[in-house]
Amino acid sequence: MTDMFRMDKPQPRLFDETVQGVIGKPLDRPEGLLKVTGRAPYAAEVPEANMVHGVLVRSTITRGRLTGIDKSALEGLSGILGVIRSPEFVRNSAQGMANEAPIQPEDHVAYFGQPMALVVAETFEAARDGAHRLRLSYETEHAEIDPTTTSEIDTKPDSFGDLDSAMAQADVTIDQKYSTPGQVSAAMEPHASIAWWEGDNVTLRGSYQMLRFNRNELADSLGIDPENVRILSPYVGGGFGSKLGIGSEAVAAAIAARELGRPVRVVMSRQHVFDMVLRRSETHQRLRLAAKADGTLLGIGHEDRVSNLPGEEFSEPTAMATHFMYGGENRLYNHEIARIHRTPSGSVRAPGEAVGMLALESAMDELAEVAGIDPVELRLRNLPEKHPEKGVPFSSRRFEDCLREGAKEFGWENRTPTASRREGDWFIGCGMSGAGRANMLVPSEARVTLEGDRAIVETDMTDIGTGSYAILTQIAAELLGLPMDRVETRLGDTRFPGASGSGGSVGAGSSGSSVFLAAKKIRARLAEAMGCAEEDLTLQDGIARSGNIQKPLSELAATAMTEEGGIKPGAMGKEFFQAGFGAHFVEIGVNAITGEARVRRMLGVFSAGRILNEKTATSQCIGGMVWGLGAALTEELQHDPRTGGIVSRDLANYHVASHADVPMIDVRLLPERDDQANPMQAKGIGELGISGAGAAVTNAIYNACGVRIRDFPATPDKIIAGLEALGR
Amino acid sequence: MRPFDYHRATDLDDASGHLNASTQIIAGGTNLLDLMKLQVMTPQQLVDINRIDGLDRIEPEGEGLRIGALVPNSDLAGDERIRRNYPVLSRALLAGASGQLRNKATTGGNLLQRTRCPYFYETAMPCNKRDPGTGCAARGGATRMNAVLGVSEHCIAAHPSDMAVGMRVLGAEVEIRRADGSHTRKTLDELYSLPGERPDIETTLSPDDIITAVILPAPVAPSVQSYRKVRDRASYAFALVSVAAVVQVEGGKITRADLAFGGIASRPWRDPAVEAMLVGETPSIDLFRAAGKRLVAAAETQPGNAFKLPMVRRTLAGVLAEATGLSEPTTGTDNVGEIA
Ligand SMILES: Cc1cc2nc3c(=O)[nH]c(=O)nc-3n(C[C@H](O)[C@H](O)[C@H](O)COP(=O)(O)OP(=O)(O)OC[C@H]3O[C@@H](n4cnc5c(N)ncnc54)[C@H](O)[C@@H]3O)c2cc1C
Repeated sequence: MTDMFRMDKPQPRLFDETVQGVIGKPLDRPEGLLKVTGRAPYAAEVPEANMVHGVLVRSTITRGRLTGIDKSALEGLSGILGVIRSPEFVRNSAQGMANEAPIQPEDHVAYFGQPMALVVAETFEAARDGAHRLRLSYETEHAEIDPTTTSEIDTKPDSFGDLDSAMAQADVTIDQKYSTPGQVSAAMEPHASIAWWEGDNVTLRGSYQMLRFNRNELADSLGIDPENVRILSPYVGGGFGSKLGIGSEAVAAAIAARELGRPVRVVMSRQHVFDMVLRRSETHQRLRLAAKADGTLLGIGHEDRVSNLPGEEFSEPTAMATHFMYGGENRLYNHEIARIHRTPSGSVRAPGEAVGMLALESAMDELAEVAGIDPVELRLRNLPEKHPEKGVPFSSRRFEDCLREGAKEFGWENRTPTASRREGDWFIGCGMSGAGRANMLVPSEARVTLEGDRAIVETDMTDIGTGSYAILTQIAAELLGLPMDRVETRLGDTRFPGASGSGGSVGAGSSGSSVFLAAKKIRARLAEAMGCAEEDLTLQDGIARSGNIQKPLSELAATAMTEEGGIKPGAMGKEFFQAGFGAHFVEIGVNAITGEARVRRMLGVFSAGRILNEKTATSQCIGGMVWGLGAALTEELQHDPRTGGIVSRDLANYHVASHADVPMIDVRLLPERDDQANPMQAKGIGELGISGAGAAVTNAIYNACGVRIRDFPATPDKIIAGLEALGR
Repeated sequence: MRPFDYHRATDLDDASGHLNASTQIIAGGTNLLDLMKLQVMTPQQLVDINRIDGLDRIEPEGEGLRIGALVPNSDLAGDERIRRNYPVLSRALLAGASGQLRNKATTGGNLLQRTRCPYFYETAMPCNKRDPGTGCAARGGATRMNAVLGVSEHCIAAHPSDMAVGMRVLGAEVEIRRADGSHTRKTLDELYSLPGERPDIETTLSPDDIITAVILPAPVAPSVQSYRKVRDRASYAFALVSVAAVVQVEGGKITRADLAFGGIASRPWRDPAVEAMLVGETPSIDLFRAAGKRLVAAAETQPGNAFKLPMVRRTLAGVLAEATGLSEPTTGTDNVGEIA
């Protein structure tokens, strides 16, 4: 067993002492060339010998019970091997870190699009044809599908002080409703699994984010020991939450492979990814802000209604950031979960902040306007000294600097009054918002081997496109004093030590720390071999130095040194509140005739502890900001009002922002060290960029043309309606 | 996708010999193959016309142009003659789909692309266009992309093409080769049927007809031409509303106002009454607003697409203002000078 370092004390800044000089640098991904030349094999791309193909069949009723399967339309089709159905089939993907099987519904149908059966054939084409022709019969039951009207609602209230009296006493108040539609991750790689058995052991090549959990989820789904399950996910073509938990295609592939005695590949069609994988819940939110005339907040109320299927543990934590962004003694929350029969909801990039901050940061903009205070200044006036609810200090927080430096760099002072700037048919305006995302630490383990002047890093961590390969290589290289190309990082195999996985922006801090700790143990052994104290050891380019003594690693580590490192959360997570912060600035054009909104420039300034790789960190921020832009302007799941089924179920109809929607995006990362976060002083960054970003876009729309969009996304029809209401 | 036979036609005779009610021509395949994968279309045989000689040329025809059915959308949009004399068509093409799709998509295929009504694609729900007589799930459903003009009780699907709107405003004709080897021409009005009782019948073509070309008449010169498409994202989205215009103004009066509309109707839409009320008049915003009102007077909206009325009225007024010089021209509006 790896000894697990517990994060109980602030950590020294070793990376400020080491001299290899790779940490933080904007280095290319070691696997980048493989990816852009198509040689990084994704889950479906490594066929097994003798492999067959499965295609899932979805339910076409909303709720009820399966009463029969009519296979007659499959008779005579060549290559069909069977229709697989099992009580072990899962209803939907597991929620993130569930660590157990998702609900196994047997004959029950809980939503339109639920996976019901798997048609397996010698070729993919035959399986797809068979899946289309299969006829399922059902007994239907009444289903609630509308979150605004359903009667089954779970409620979680929470409050501090008395918001109602704060509202009554306040000089200025805001009380507004906002809504956001359902969204999906829309990762480029669809969910895909290849499963095969050797005796009692199943191997799954899949596309997953959190292998340690996924292995237990698959084992539990199949009713076998996790020891008998191996999952391989060396390359993942995007996850964004949709691949946190084991999915129906993996379980079905494993079951079919067992039944047929052959490897089975199941790749979801794009439409199935929409139907069967967890979406982000739509939200209905009410924001109340009570402030003094100078803008200081007396209270905040953030009530929300989200939805999920009965039985699902997860609910979109809409008010996540509201708890800590701004001060005000009187605070009220009411989180409602409507139980409805739609594709269930789960984590999609920055669950909570991604949609909750659209409302919070819009409301702040509205307050700034009512109070007659600049929106940047309003936020500066409301930075709480401590976490406003927990009362603990922030570990590190450069929010103020993000706001001030961002405003300066963007040229915020040139912003014009509402609807006063026009270029031809275009209203031009600017908007801003704050950003904040809590930082967490999750237990994580890794193994590092130094043999001569080469090192190998092994952990079941995943790289879902974020840059894990790059940063883990950098961490080991920096600590062991090796050039990047002397370190090989191996990921995505459950035979390696169990990592945090990729999710909740915990990967870099958690799995990075485990690599750090393992490498640090090797440093201690090298110091011992050098006969010096660890502090006196300098490692660079394969050479160890201490005072006048200098030895090559090829000599010191002629016999391989292997160490495991592990980290787990401790007192620092409780005694301090840790979060990344930022500020977004947007300039937009709104077409006065057609209501189309086009972002013209976008700046994000962030502080997230030590940046491990400036290039991949910047990419994460840009990606997040593009998501914010999409949430503000284009992304929307449409459901059929009768079945609840998803209507916009491909990438032609579900509008992620296209290249033409995205202008130059500037990202600035402020230097920061968070000693309470982990031994690297780094905080999560993967979800910070999306937090608040969309509100800066809609706030800019308001500044441009005077139309306040509270029902996201701000599509042309809504802007036209707003313009017409203003007589424009 | 259902198993199907494939025939690569060597010439038009060979092609039409293989065409019947259970076969489909395949050109670029960018629409047909998607629909086959979903089993919305299940032809027993595909007749590939891509190797037939002579269908991929743009040639002079009288004072106009003859555009072969296999001319890719990209090539057509980029053709110098089109850009100079028929810029509305070039703009319409470039407003559609994406670069990759336009490279593959053909002139004939674009004209005959099927609707994007989500219920046409959803095989688990009724659709009179896909399965005649089953009903229309779009009514009462998600209707953002559906039509408000030229609809029927049985179908509210919109025609999705941008190119066809550009051709419609130019008064293009489609050249059709009949099975007996004869050729005939139809205006787009004659080509596209209204949904009526049989939304599955979308054109007046018979299964063994082949579109061989589109004929553009002599350019309207001088004129101002404009294509304006309003969509949910800046690129790679079908039109919510689009307006194509070819306008002439002489001595302060509008002398020509050819207008076609996309995104709002069951086929590329033209309304002679709207054009008539503009011709002979002095350009003014009030006049343009009145024209917009007239255009949508007979519209039938759904809760999900009623927004198209103000949207098309505003867009039309904006386009006409630019085309008549009331406001500064923007991207999408071009001057066509006298033909030398
Ligand atoms: C994601 C996506 C986005 C798109 N966005 C847009 C958009 O914004 N605007 C827009 O206008 N279009 C858009 N398109 C549609 C695109 O323009 C069409 O798919 C394309 O024009 C079809 O041409 P094709 O040659 O590929 O046709 P095919 O798919 O080969 O054929 C389409 C139909 O036409 C028939 N056909 C083809 N050629 C002939 C002929 N010569 N004679 C008789 N019948 C024939 C075929 O039998 C078939 O029924 C989009 C498509 C996709 C996939």
